[in-house]
Order: sequence, then C-alpha cells, then structure tokens
Amino acid sequence: MGYVRGLKCRECGREYPVDPIYVCEFCFGPLEAVYDYKKIKRVMTRKAIEKREKNLWRYKELLPVDGEPQAGLQSGFTPLIRADNLAKEIGLKELYIKDDTVVHPTLSFKDRVVAVALTKAKEFGFDTVACASTGNLAHSVSAHGAKAGFKRFVFIPASLEPSKIVACLVYEPNLVAVDGNYDEVNRLCSEIANKYEWAFVNINIRPFYAEGSKTQGFEIIEQLGWEAPDNVVVPCASGSLLTKIWKSFKEFKEIGILKRLETKVFAAQATGCSPIVVAIKEGSDVIRPVKPNTIAKSLAIGNPADGFYAAQVVRETGGYGEDVSDEEIIKAIKLLARTEGIFAETAGGVTLAATIKLVDSGRIKRDESTVICVTGNGLKTQEALSGHTSSPHYIKPNLASFEEVLKKIGGS
Amino acid sequence: MAVKVRIPTPLQRLTQGKEEVEGVPGTVIALVNNLEKHYPGIAERISEGGKIRRFVNIYLNEEDIRFLKAEETVVKDGDEVSIVPAIAGGVFTVNSVSLQCH
Repeated sequence: MGYVRGLKCRECGREYPVDPIYVCEFCFGPLEAVYDYKKIKRVMTRKAIEKREKNLWRYKELLPVDGEPQAGLQSGFTPLIRADNLAKEIGLKELYIKDDTVVHPTLSFKDRVVAVALTKAKEFGFDTVACASTGNLAHSVSAHGAKAGFKRFVFIPASLEPSKIVACLVYEPNLVAVDGNYDEVNRLCSEIANKYEWAFVNINIRPFYAEGSKTQGFEIIEQLGWEAPDNVVVPCASGSLLTKIWKSFKEFKEIGILKRLETKVFAAQATGCSPIVVAIKEGSDVIRPVKPNTIAKSLAIGNPADGFYAAQVVRETGGYGEDVSDEEIIKAIKLLARTEGIFAETAGGVTLAATIKLVDSGRIKRDESTVICVTGNGLKTQEALSGHTSSPHYIKPNLASFEEVLKKIGGS
Repeated sequence: MAVKVRIPTPLQRLTQGKEEVEGVPGTVIALVNNLEKHYPGIAERISEGGKIRRFVNIYLNEEDIRFLKAEETVVKDGDEVSIVPAIAGGVFTVNSVSLQCH
C-alpha cells in the first residue's frame, strides 16, 4: 500500500487522482505527488530504514508507488565520499561528494528517476515506456526497461555522438533518431505522447518520475549520520533535481527523522545556459529562456520547467547560484579526478567549478559542511576532454627507453 | 483590422471551438481582459491578479512577451498574438523556443 494521497497543482492547488497526468487542466501548472505524512511518520523511522537493503527503495514510503518496486532494484545508495584532498585544495574544512557517477545500471542519477517511473508505469498497466533524451535518460530507460520487460521507444536527435548511440542500442530498444535538434525531438514526443498510450517517463509520468530524485537527498542525510549538511550544491538543468533534494530534506524533517534543518541550497549552471542562476543573481521571479551554448550538454535546457521553483528554493534557504565557463568546467573535472579519483561528466565539472566560486566569494563559508552532488559518469562524455589532457609517454619496448622517460618525469 | 489571437486547444472549449479569435489593440493584459467579455472564463485561465500565469506563454508576432514588456506589451492592429501553455516538463510548440523534458 502506498502513501500518496493524490496529485496537486503546484500553482493553483487543484487536486487530482493518481493518474498518468502531469499538467493542471485549469492553469497548466505542474502536478506533484502529495503524501500522507502522518501515516508515514508511524512506519518510517531511522531504525526501520537502516535494516533495509542498500538501494533507493529503502525510502519507499516517500516514493509515489503503491506496491513493491518493479524496476531499479539495485539502483541508488551511492557513496557519499569525504573529499579531504579536494577540500584542502579549494579551502574547505568539511566537504563531501555525493557520487552518482556509479548508480546502477547506467552510471547517472537518471537511474533513480527511471526506477520510480517504470515501477509506476507497471502499476498503471503500461506495456511501453518512452523518452526523449540526448544521453543519460536514454541509457537509463533502455536498460531499466529491458530488465523490467517493457517495449521501449527512445527518441534522440540524429546528430547524437556515436558512442552514446551504441550505449543505447546495446539494450535493443526501438531507437528513433529524429532528423532535427533536441527541441524538435521533444515537440514530436509531446505529439506522440498525446496519441499513443505509452508511459513517457518525463512527460505523462513526470510527477512520479521526478520524485525519484529525492532519494539522492535522503541518502545524503542518512550517510551524514542522520544530519543535514550546512550547504548543498546541485547542478541545474530543468531545476527539478534541486527542488526535489530540498523536498527530501523537508520531508525527513516533517516525519521527524531529521531534527535540525538549516541547509542552504546552491544552484550550479554553465554560463552558456544559466537561466536559473541569472534569475537568482538578479533577484527576479522570471526565468528568461536562453539558447544553450555549453559543453555541459546534459544541463543544456534553455527554458527550464522547474526553474522558478529552483530559484525559489535557493532564495528561501539563503543559498545562491553561480555559473561557470566551459574552461572552468574542464578544469574542475580534472581537479576532481586528480584529487578524489572520481571522473565526473561535464555536469559534475559545472557543480565543482561553481562551488569553488561560491567558496571564493564567501557565499559558502569555509568552516561549514558542504555536499556537492555529482550526477553522472565522465566516461560518457569523454569527448569534452579531448585536447585538454596530457599525452601518454611513448617509449620503445626496452628498459633504457623507459628510464629516459622516467628521468624526464623526474621520478628516478 | 483587429488583432489576431490564436487559442490553444485546451482553451478552445471557451471559444466555441475557434482556433483564432479577434482581440482589441492595447496592452496584452487589457486584451486578455477584453477576451473575457466575449468568452467568459478565459481570462482566469490565462491570468491571475493582472499577471499572466507562470505556465502560460504569450507570443506577440512570435516573440515571447517576457522579452518585451510582459503584460504591459502593447499590441497593435494587425498584430498576431499566440497563447501557448508551457506544458510542465514537456514541450510547447512555438518555433524556436521549447520547453525541454530532458
């Protein structure tokens, strides 16, 4: 039995039953799952959670499903790494990386949202799942969908890099490469979603899908010994992840698992696509759409659906936003790899680079605890680093040749 | 010559199924309030307290009015106004700008 009371419009508050719907019929606002926290409070305790298996379903009372999980049974519960080397480098006392470069099975936080979306899709009785994506989401829907036994339609722009196409095709979904840019793929998908009775994870299943992001926040709290950090830095594309991480903290407070909550939430974007950060910096209510131009493609959403709410959370919690150049992103990816042994995708570079700026400007205090959310694996976006790494040392297959190089390196 | 106003499908119930109606020149918000006289109920779907709702986009000759003067943008005779819901997390369907659902 689930604990969702229904769906509610975030704008006008109109309530709806639990259905595969996502927009308020009246004011076109987004719908969100509403829970019965009183009931949840009785069953969801620290002790109860600690006894459960180490995956995202250990927080199932606060996820919008009714029955047992049916997808992503090994997803989530990624490491929270105390990053002392990096902390020293950027001048922080207590720094943690929430490392979603290793989410099972496709190495990005999308495995969290898709686990929840596909479980809900089964509950609704869909036999086909679909999405429009340029990468991480496509991989996750293809993989989770294969395991859960769905027919899968994945829509991508035809110009997608070959390595990303292979990483989809290996799961044998119906991969549809559209002759058009990402915006055009999306537009097409909304028409398809209207016509075919499929579970489009990020369209008609979105209110459920988006809730999966909360598990990253629940894990942060649990892994910090049931405490909230002073600061959390979150990358923003649609802005959904940031709002859901904050929601997860508030929910743990609401049901009594968290005693104190004074976290400041910070938003990170690439300068080439920073509508949310611009609104935060200008103190504006209006998110002005932009045309993205950044190497952080997984964050390149020019008109972010949850941008308004993300900016609101940042303001409400006393956080701030920062945007960073492509050069800073690459530098940060390399810094994270060099200090902590974590290879993040470009979005991770955005988050770390923004954190460094926030520390330098005094927005993040050096003696406070800070968590950086790293949401995807760098092996997926290696092309971003081409020409920005050093070269191998080429030698002949003999000891003399090696020792010549060793002398140059200064290691002998 | 009046102002051409394009009505999105979900609101066509209020315009007797018409995809396009005529509006009066003036500010965008005045135009919306004037539509209410002919099509009762339409103004509260589009606006609240004199502001265009957050998830409704309005285009003047294909330019988002957020890039002009928002509600106070002046619409002239012969102009074309499009009302387009920004489907949360999904897509909306006007030319170059689109909501992504990444």
